[in-house]
Order: sequence, then structure tokens, then C-alpha cells
Amino acid sequence: MNWSEMDTWIAVTGALISMACAIPGTFLVLNKDSMLGDAITHAVLPGLAMAFLISGTRDPITMVVGAVCAGVLTAFLSGGIQRGGGIESGAALGVVFCSLFAIGLLLIRLAADHVDLDPGCILYGAIELAVIEGSPVPTVAWMSGGVLVWNLALAVLFLKELKITAFDPRFASTQGISPGFMRQCLAIVTAITAVIAFESVGSILVVSMLIVPGATALLLSRRVSGVLLISLAVAAISAVGGHVLAISAAPALLGKLTAQPQMGSLNSAGMMAAFSGVLFFAVLLATSLRSSLAGHDRNG
Amino acid sequence: MFDMETFWRVLSLQDHNTRIVLAGACVFGGAAGLVGMFLLLRKRSLLGDTIGHATLPGIAGAFLLAHTLGWNARSFIWLATGAAISGIAGMFAVLIIRKFSRIKDDASLAVVLGVFFGTGVALLSAIQQLPGGQAAGLENLIYGSAASMVTRDALFIFGSAIVVVFAGVFLFKEFSILCFDEAFASAAGWPVRTLDVLLMSGVVLVTVIGLQSVGILLTVALLVIPPTAARFWTDSLGKTAVISALNGSASAFVGVALSAVFPKMPTGAIIVLAAAFLFGCGFFFGTRRGLWSRFLIEWRAKERLENEHMLRAIFECSEFSGPAISHEAVLAKRPWNRNETTFLISRLAENGLVTVSPEADTIQLTRAGDIEARRLVRNHRLWELYLLNHADVAPSRVDRDADLIEHVLDPRLVEELECILENRAHFVPADPVGNPS
Repeated sequence: MNWSEMDTWIAVTGALISMACAIPGTFLVLNKDSMLGDAITHAVLPGLAMAFLISGTRDPITMVVGAVCAGVLTAFLSGGIQRGGGIESGAALGVVFCSLFAIGLLLIRLAADHVDLDPGCILYGAIELAVIEGSPVPTVAWMSGGVLVWNLALAVLFLKELKITAFDPRFASTQGISPGFMRQCLAIVTAITAVIAFESVGSILVVSMLIVPGATALLLSRRVSGVLLISLAVAAISAVGGHVLAISAAPALLGKLTAQPQMGSLNSAGMMAAFSGVLFFAVLLATSLRSSLAGHDRNG
Repeated sequence: MFDMETFWRVLSLQDHNTRIVLAGACVFGGAAGLVGMFLLLRKRSLLGDTIGHATLPGIAGAFLLAHTLGWNARSFIWLATGAAISGIAGMFAVLIIRKFSRIKDDASLAVVLGVFFGTGVALLSAIQQLPGGQAAGLENLIYGSAASMVTRDALFIFGSAIVVVFAGVFLFKEFSILCFDEAFASAAGWPVRTLDVLLMSGVVLVTVIGLQSVGILLTVALLVIPPTAARFWTDSLGKTAVISALNGSASAFVGVALSAVFPKMPTGAIIVLAAAFLFGCGFFFGTRRGLWSRFLIEWRAKERLENEHMLRAIFECSEFSGPAISHEAVLAKRPWNRNETTFLISRLAENGLVTVSPEADTIQLTRAGDIEARRLVRNHRLWELYLLNHADVAPSRVDRDADLIEHVLDPRLVEELECILENRAHFVPADPVGNPS
């Protein structure tokens, strides 16, 4: 393994953005609304494409504006179809995000002849290329850090509201906290985080960064603050571990299996998602073993 | 870019390959619509999304394996096999998470989707490093590209889709029971688990054969959008299935035909936009739940309600002051303003229920109007009686409560009420409350 300064930045950026995603993601999991994360990460695509086509730049502010518009549109349209047509929420979400994603793909493909907007880059991300821009600290690194700080601040400030909405939406509305409004806000925060994450990990892998840390933490803790802290740790570990695997063990193993000994490093974002999955299933195995052993003790 | 000659060749089905590809796409769309309907009824629409994304590592793995062993790594059937295996693995992963943890379904779907797709992306980056730019063919499976479909693949898609459609039609009753009342199905001795596995296998099969036309990212669209759109047109399960399958077929046909003319366009996106267009048609103009038809229903109900209230007001006035009554008396009955009253009375006059004599400024019920008004007042007072005697409602509230509900009484129910009240005589009972309205 050849660890360079660039690898450090990839690992740091990955860890920062995973942690930033893990915060809204944990609340999506607690709200039983995880697929909203999936829907938003798909649906912001046309927002990005439009913002890019209109402004002609990839300036982050424009992108965030486009994404927020698309995120609000998703929540608004899916809510409208759900109420207006009496349709189950998952299906309404599916209709909206598939259609928006299709529009986005079409826009990107149509624009690809004129402008530098690579669908592959947006979908899978290119963290390896992203960390080259900016010095001494890469632009993506401090942007990811900024989003992490912002999300942390929001989570700490509104922890009580978020908790009440997640565990007892009816009680929340009697206390003047509208669950629908909280869902919209969570959607907007998720959209903003997702856009910043696109730069490094692409639109589809964001969903694993959003949901896997929260789900893993939920296996380990029963307190919201505990779940949040553990999810941050899981996010950081899976990002760093994923990158280490992507440049060392994984290509070596694959190279041996496919008889291509000169196999270079793999897509880091993909490996981060894969490694977070390994962590999740390991924790799942450990906790269910422990609980079955404990159950055995009680019974015996 | 647009080529009239190609367009015409596609539409007139001159090429053997085009014919097969279009036929395959149509049957695939129908199969997706049919299976998607059951998935929608089971409230599992988004499972299709997870299975779709979970096929990627299988495709990449199959490609790598074939490449290593020196086989033809681009064979669609081989890649589809890999896709099916990892799709099924993804489905089992969801089931395992559900069984062994308290993580909810939505989170387990998202976890499996993200993790499997990430693994697939990592494997793809390995494929890109193989000598000879091998990854290009796989790109088509991600975005969908019907233009690259060859006859053999199209036949495979056609055959598999036919199998799914036949299974769906033959097991229609069984799947319906599974979707509507799983507990009953299991209590009645149906093999619920087997049926569930069969349905999910149908989903996996549809996802896999959709890879070539719709692509990994959007296969879920054809499982979700057509059945959701069909719900706007009908309440009957059989009709929903037919409309959903037709919607799916039409979308797939349009997408594939257009992408034969514009080969650079992502087929999957066009198919999904065609489906979204059909969804929009249903949402606005659907005869059962569409916005327009519901607006009409509400409008008619409001009109009927106003007419009935006005008729009752006129009748109740005439009980006190004889058949010819003045505008003022009606106006005092309800919180109507003058314009509204005039408008409502002229509408009743158009329907031949009242006659208005302008010189004396009086209104009088016609014979038909009198009969209708008697029926309405009778219903209203029967309700008041019932509420007073049997439901312990305070006299001051009875009139308003009866007002809200009298319009829904059908004749059979009225008879039942009469029995309850032991009041079979066909006259209009006196106002039981005696309040002015």
C-alpha cells in the first residue's frame, strides 16, 4: 500500500461527508422515512442539471439552490399525490422521484454535448478527482466540514423537537411542532447535504451514507444521543476503512481472482458503502448472537 | 438528428429486429405493470427499487468471472443471471434484517440498496481497469439502451416476460388474496410463504429483463408508476390489472420506439417519462379518483344539497302561511343572502319544482316540488325523532345534526327508521323540536 497525501485527504473528506450525512440520516431512520433519503438523492438530479444549465457554472451556491428547489418539489409533489389521489406514501414517493430522476438524466444527456457535466461523475462521484482542487485544503474537504458543523449545530439546537417528532408525532403536533413541517425541513437539510456529497460520492451512494450509520447505531443504542454519536463514529470508520480497502486489500484480492495482478485502486466511494455494509452486518450478527445467548441464559 | 426514414421504418415495423425488440418491450411493460400492481397492493413498491439497485454487483461480478474464465463477458443472458442472483441476495438481506433486528422495513431497504450498489460501483471500477475498455457495454444496463438490443436478447426478454404474465394471470386469485388479507389466506390453508416467494421472484425477473431497456436505476419506475396510475381509473382489481399492464406496455413501446429513432437518448428515461405522462392523465382525468371527476362529484353534491335545503325551507314556510310564500319568509329561514336565494329559487323553477309569480313576488311549490319537499322534510323530521328518542341528542342540537345527515338517507333506510319509530303512516310528522327552522 502506498499512502500519499491525497489518500489522507480522500479519507478525511470521506469521513467528514459521511458524518455530515449520518446526522439527517439518523433522524430519517428514526422517523421511519428512510426511503425519503433515497428519493431526494434521486430527485435533486434535475435541480442540479437545471441550475447548471441556467447558470453555466458548477458553483456550489447555485447547485445548493437547485437542489433545495428539487427537494422541496419532491416533498410537495409526493404529498400532493398522496393526499389528492389517496395513494400510499411509498408509491407516491416512487412516482415522483422516478419521474424527476428521468427528467434529470435526460437533461444531462442532452446537455452533455455542450457542457462538462458527466453523468458518471454525478451518479458515482469521483472523490479521487475532487480532492485535487484547492490547496492546501481541498475545496470539498472544507465544504464537507462546513456541512458537518452546520448539521451538528441544527441537530443540537433542535434535538428536542426532532426527538418528539420521531417518537410521538401526535404529541408533537399538540405541542405546536408540526410533523409535516419537520419532515419538510429534514428533506431540505438532506438535499443540501446530498448536493455537497455528490461532489465526492455521487448521488446514489449518498443513500448508504445517510442510512447505514444510523441503522447500525440503532442496533447498538437505545438513546437518541447515543445513536447519534455511534452513527458519527460508524460513518467515520466506514469512510476511512473503505478507502484503505479500496487502495489495498480489495484490488489485491480482485486482481488475484481475475488474474490481473496490476489491478489499481478501486472506486473509494463504492468501497466506503460496501465497508459500511460489512460493519452493519457484523454488528447485526453480533447483537443477534448476544441476544439469543442472553435469551438462552434466561430460559436455561 | 431526427431522421424521417428511420422513424418510418420503426413505426411500420419493417425490420425483423425492431419487431422483436418492440414486442419484447411491450410484453415486459405489461409484466411489470401486472407484478407492480401486486407489489403496490402489498405496500412494497419500493422493494422494487432495492432489488433493482442490488442487481449491480451481480452484473459486475458475472462480467469479471466470465472475463477471467475467457467466456463472452457481454452476453446479456449471462449478465442477467448474475443480476438475478444478486437481486435475490438483496431481497434475502432485507428479510434477514427484518427477522433479526428491530430495524424498520424502510431502513433495511435503504441499507441494502446503498450497500449493494456501492459494492457494484467498486466492482465496476475494477472492470474499467481491464484491458480493452470493457466497461462500455455495462453502461447500457445502468441507463437502459434498447438501441443496443440484439434479436437473441429480445427473444429472451419476450419469453421471460410471457412467463411472468402467464403466472400473474393464472395465480391472479391467489395473489389477490395474499395482497388483501394475508392472515385469512394463511388461515384458509393457502401456501402464503410460497406465494410470497413466487411474487418476489416475479419482481426479480421483471427487474432483470428490464435492465436492457429501462436500466438499473429506473426499473422500479415501471413497477410503481403504471399501477399507481391505474388506481385513478377504477376500483375493480381485474380492471386495475389490465389498465396497469396496458400503461406499462404503452410506456415501454413509446420509449423503445423513440430511442430507435434517437439512439443517443437514454431509453429508460423516455420510458419513465411516458409512464409519468400516463400517470398525469390518470391523476387529472381518471374516471374514478381523478381530480376532474372528483371535482364534478363534489360540485353535484353541493348543488343537490343547496336544492334540498331550499325546498325544505319553502315547504316549512308554507306549513305556516299557506301555499304562496314571499321571498322574505324564505330569506329568514337560513343564513342566505338575497342574491343566493333568488338564484336558488330560479334554479328550482328551471327544474319545475317551484313556480314564481313575479307580480305578487311569491313562490309556490309545484306538484312535483311538493312531493319532493315532503320526502325531504319527512326524512329530516324522522332523523330528528330518531336522534331525540334513541340517540339522546339534546333538542337544541337535533336540527343541525339532522341537517348534516338527512341527505344520505335512502328509502330502505327510511323504512327501517319508521319501523324503529313505530310510525308507519305516510305523512310528514310534525316538527318534533318545535324550533323555528
